Amino acid sequence: MADSPVPDALRIEAVHKAFGSFVALQSIDLAITPGEMVCFVGPSGCGKTTLLRIIAGLEMQTSGRVIQNGRDVSHAPPAARDYGIVFQSYALFPNLTIAANVAYGLVNRRRPRAEVAARVTELLALVGLPDAGTKYPGQLSGGQQQRIALARALATSPSLLLLDEPLSALDAKVRERLRGEIRALQQRLKVTTVMVTHDQEEALSMSDRVVVMRQGSIEQIGTPQDVYERPATPFVADFLGKVSVLKGVSAGGGYFRVGEVDLDLGVDGFAPGDPVRIYLRPEDRHLEGDLAQMPNRLRGQVRHIEYLGTVCLASVQCAALGQTMLVSMSLNQLHDLDIRAGTDLDFALRVDRVRVFAESTVR
Amino acid sequence: MRVTTGLRWLSSVACAAVLVASGSAVAQKTQLTVYTALETDQLKAYQEGFNKVHPDIELTWVRDSTGIITAKIMAEKAAPKADVIMGVAATSLAIFEQEGMLLPYAPAGLSRIAPEYRDPKNPPTWVGMDVWGATICFNTVEAAKRGIPKPETWKDLTKPIYKGQVVMPHPASSGTGYFDVTAWLQMFGEAEGWKFMDGLHENIAQYMHSGSRPCAAAAAGEFVVGISFEYRANREKARGAPIDLVFPKEGLGWDLEAIGIVKTSTKLDAAKKLADWAVSDAAMALYANNFAIVAVPALSKPLPNVPADYASRLAKNDFAWAAKNRDKILAEWSKRYESKAAPK
Amino acid sequence: MTATATGTAAAVQRVRATGALLQESLAVHGGLWLLATGLLVFLTLPLATLLIRSFEDKAGVFIGIANFVQYVQSPALARSTGNTLVFAFLTTLLTIPLAFVFAYAIQRSCIPGKGLWRSIALIPILAPSLLAALSFIYLFGNQGALKFMLGWVGLSTIYGLPGIVLAMSFAAFPHAVMILLAALALSDARLYEAAEALGTSRWRRFVTITLPGAKYGLISAAMVVFTMAVSEFGVPKVIGGNYPVLAIDIYKQVIGQQNFQMGAVVGLVLLLPAVVAFLVDRQVRRKQKALLTARSVPYSPRRSPVRDRLLLAYVLLVAVAMMAVMGMAVFGSFVKFWPYNLSLTLAHYTFGFAEAGVEHAYRNSLVLATWCAVLGAAITFAGAYWVEKTRGADWLRPLIRFQALLPMAVPGLVLGIGYILFFNNPSNPLHVLYGTMTILVICTVIHFYSSSHLTAMTALNQLDGEFESVSASLKVPFYKTFWRVTVPVCLPTALDIGHYFFVNAMTTISAVVFLYSPKTTLAAISILQLDEAGAIGSAAAMASLIMATSAIVTVITLGIENLLLRRTQRWRVAART
Repeated sequence: MADSPVPDALRIEAVHKAFGSFVALQSIDLAITPGEMVCFVGPSGCGKTTLLRIIAGLEMQTSGRVIQNGRDVSHAPPAARDYGIVFQSYALFPNLTIAANVAYGLVNRRRPRAEVAARVTELLALVGLPDAGTKYPGQLSGGQQQRIALARALATSPSLLLLDEPLSALDAKVRERLRGEIRALQQRLKVTTVMVTHDQEEALSMSDRVVVMRQGSIEQIGTPQDVYERPATPFVADFLGKVSVLKGVSAGGGYFRVGEVDLDLGVDGFAPGDPVRIYLRPEDRHLEGDLAQMPNRLRGQVRHIEYLGTVCLASVQCAALGQTMLVSMSLNQLHDLDIRAGTDLDFALRVDRVRVFAESTVR
Repeated sequence: MRVTTGLRWLSSVACAAVLVASGSAVAQKTQLTVYTALETDQLKAYQEGFNKVHPDIELTWVRDSTGIITAKIMAEKAAPKADVIMGVAATSLAIFEQEGMLLPYAPAGLSRIAPEYRDPKNPPTWVGMDVWGATICFNTVEAAKRGIPKPETWKDLTKPIYKGQVVMPHPASSGTGYFDVTAWLQMFGEAEGWKFMDGLHENIAQYMHSGSRPCAAAAAGEFVVGISFEYRANREKARGAPIDLVFPKEGLGWDLEAIGIVKTSTKLDAAKKLADWAVSDAAMALYANNFAIVAVPALSKPLPNVPADYASRLAKNDFAWAAKNRDKILAEWSKRYESKAAPK
Repeated sequence: MTATATGTAAAVQRVRATGALLQESLAVHGGLWLLATGLLVFLTLPLATLLIRSFEDKAGVFIGIANFVQYVQSPALARSTGNTLVFAFLTTLLTIPLAFVFAYAIQRSCIPGKGLWRSIALIPILAPSLLAALSFIYLFGNQGALKFMLGWVGLSTIYGLPGIVLAMSFAAFPHAVMILLAALALSDARLYEAAEALGTSRWRRFVTITLPGAKYGLISAAMVVFTMAVSEFGVPKVIGGNYPVLAIDIYKQVIGQQNFQMGAVVGLVLLLPAVVAFLVDRQVRRKQKALLTARSVPYSPRRSPVRDRLLLAYVLLVAVAMMAVMGMAVFGSFVKFWPYNLSLTLAHYTFGFAEAGVEHAYRNSLVLATWCAVLGAAITFAGAYWVEKTRGADWLRPLIRFQALLPMAVPGLVLGIGYILFFNNPSNPLHVLYGTMTILVICTVIHFYSSSHLTAMTALNQLDGEFESVSASLKVPFYKTFWRVTVPVCLPTALDIGHYFFVNAMTTISAVVFLYSPKTTLAAISILQLDEAGAIGSAAAMASLIMATSAIVTVITLGIENLLLRRTQRWRVAART
């Protein structure tokens, strides 16, 4: 990266943060390229918000550096850094009109009044609320308020946009719509964006790259596809999406013994006898086609079916494995194959995305 | 607009504070600080009288009850703030004299002052203005309701019929209270005097913290008998209170309201002018409006409700003795009447 | 635009930003230092002086605990300590149940006129506690209009313990009611619904839900009343008769005998119960906070004819009694010569004040109260903002927070003595303040600092915590956001704080009684002087005047707040929905 002609929009080097004896972040390294949208995702307490606040200068790291566009801002106060920020609580000034809120950072720069007004109009149009200018924040819905907060943060054309759980306070429907809008806006403006969220779906659907964090460390950095399909650790596999975990033992040659069955997973690197955990997504299965010709065929009894809308999730007790697995299917398949609680289900495992971890790496 | 708004706010707060502080320190006249125990309703007339002669001197009164003003002066002994002490009990001035705080000075016209009403030294450190003496305020209406007879003597007040109906000033706070106690001790002798007070204590409803308050309480009918002094008694009667003034036969405690100059004052000229005025005929005429006996006997004039032979009823009073033994007497009094449970 | 031009523009922007940043950090640090220094000089140092002087003799030589030994061995002082505890305990015992039922009636029943009853209950706050003492003399004194009632409870006189307990309970009642109203307002309706669903009897619901729910409020109220009584000076002075209490002792030692060392010792003794009460209260309030969750559903009482009628009768009785007490003093102030000439006159207000030389006291009090309202509101509000909402100098903050809460544990008398000892020392450069109006303003602001600080803090904490972060990201200095957003949003709270300072400055006696000079006598203190001179009519007149002034200022404050709310209604109402 050192020989890259354009400096990274943001570089974080060996950032460490401790609150007293509690270590919030340890040796975080991260580089974000211009125009990229990156999501920090992880359970609460994983340090994602702390990291965002350190980037914003709202929290001071114990050690390590923050470099923005080639400039070391590690010890710069927030006002000396270049970013716009949006908080979960919107933090709109209740006594100022929407227009005044959006113009808040512009007025301070002593731009001509007409220029400010034009910019406000432009921004309000950008976030799809062109007529909201004379209203007060309290008169808008949560989703609308968050869009205004976004407009305010973008008003000064910062080179970096920070989003701190921007959608968490909103209803599910609004949240989904705003997800798409924010992402579209970000791509249009090509503004480098860092978003913090605890919602893995949000992270996967919005970002160029996902940073999965846990207990103050980064578990994995990668594209949404990377982290979902090739989770680097059991934690990542578990945290993003649903997963069935099978306990087994390596049988050598890519075979693993689970219960009474030897599964051919084509995964190397384990000595025979090594205890392992096998991580399978509910969709890693074949339900139709010539099952008889497929390896890793299994049969089990459907215990329970969970309707999730277009997809259904069946808990299947496989006697041969001695364990229960989650198997997903479309609503159509459910009906076509006449799958009900209590019936037996034949299926075969798809092993191209299966992940096997040594028992010892699972915490 | 160089200064930030926040800082500007702060500086305006600071300015305001300084303004308030300095506001009280502007003056061009000579300011004389006078410590006094005079009644507030007397002060104004005296001040106007003095300023008629000396308009260039402004008197700043620090007023409190005798006990408090005495304690204050003693506490400030090392660096006195008062220039003049005026209208404070001679007993207290005698203490200050013993402490060497007062300036010997013979005010103009000193020879007119009766010898018993001034510091016997020459030149004197203090000079009397007027005599104020013990008087009982007796509420006739309440007495009639309860069938309580008018007391003739101090010892009458120890009779059971007066139980819970007598109030008197606290001798530590009030000059009036203190001369009552010293008079009883001098008239009856120490042992007999304390025995009398033991008996009186049984009937006392409250010890009050000023010489005026007991008479006001009797005037309002709260209690039947208020041991006070003649000025307040006359004022209350004039306001329409149903009280009689009683002057017990054994003799009356009394003290002088007196004036002395503080030796360390930096305004001795002005202080001497005040002392001169305080013994002048004009001043005596003002005192005579309030008290039956003034320090220049020829200028005394009778007051309504005060008997003509008032002067002869005053008990013999040794100021030096009363001053010297003040701490001891008050300690004994407190031990006897303050540390045991309040009488009902 | 060429790359160089962009670079230069960015550099210029950066330089400008650095200048602004320097200013900003100066404003933060300057403000915090100023606040910390102010509290240190005007609160902590006087209290420290008090502590030191209690171990010294008159000449200032360290003598260890000799003063304390002398105190313990002095029977008069020991008796006052016992008396004070009995007085405070009885006052608490009388006030809390009365206030609890009153608050219960307002929060948990369906009686009509709740706003009216609440207002009446709070009126005593507007008057000096002396007003109650004077009223009780008019009502139950030996010439009292209702003296015959004393016999019903076996009392022969109001003077002494009965009088101070009654008058103090009256003065403390609204403080207890306010706390209990708040405690009873916080209750989870779901608990009652669950209990009812389980068929729990009404009495059991009261004992198992209501009482435990209000437990902390009860303890808190009891502590407040106890502390008030322990440090009350005016009431025992006027109606205490021969029942000496510690507060009077302090006054006698310090003012009457100028014995500052012993005054300091008694001050420390007085501080003890107040500090204990303060700590208990703090502990309790912390627990109260944890009791309710954000999900609680507010309880709204249902009709119950018998209960409501009984409670209405009770509330009516209390309200009438309170009006009678207040009205008696006002009436007394117009009576020519109680009890012998009941014709009405204004003389006590005019001639009476002049005769006693206190005609300027009322004006002094107005000046003091106005300064305290303006400065107190500004300082506590800005102070709370500095502490809670700015960044940097983090080690200073806990220091300031502690000092801001300290006055709550310090009785006014103790603060007053601390001030005398610290400022009345010629070698102290601040000695020039002694005897001025300035020191009265400062002392009063400090005396009532804690509640105001907490009120300001609560209001500030209700604002979005990220306003300052957003401002920083927009490169707007914090003080601009303070002026443009924080102050306008919190203006009603700031007004409340100003009003609180005003009313307390009008009525307070305990701290300033040690600090006034002949030129700065205050109205409330002049009541004591008038009473001492026997001018009870004028004393009642001054007390009534104070009450009327506070009432008028209260009405004006409410008016301004209403106006303000109406003007800002668009965003306030909107923000609430």
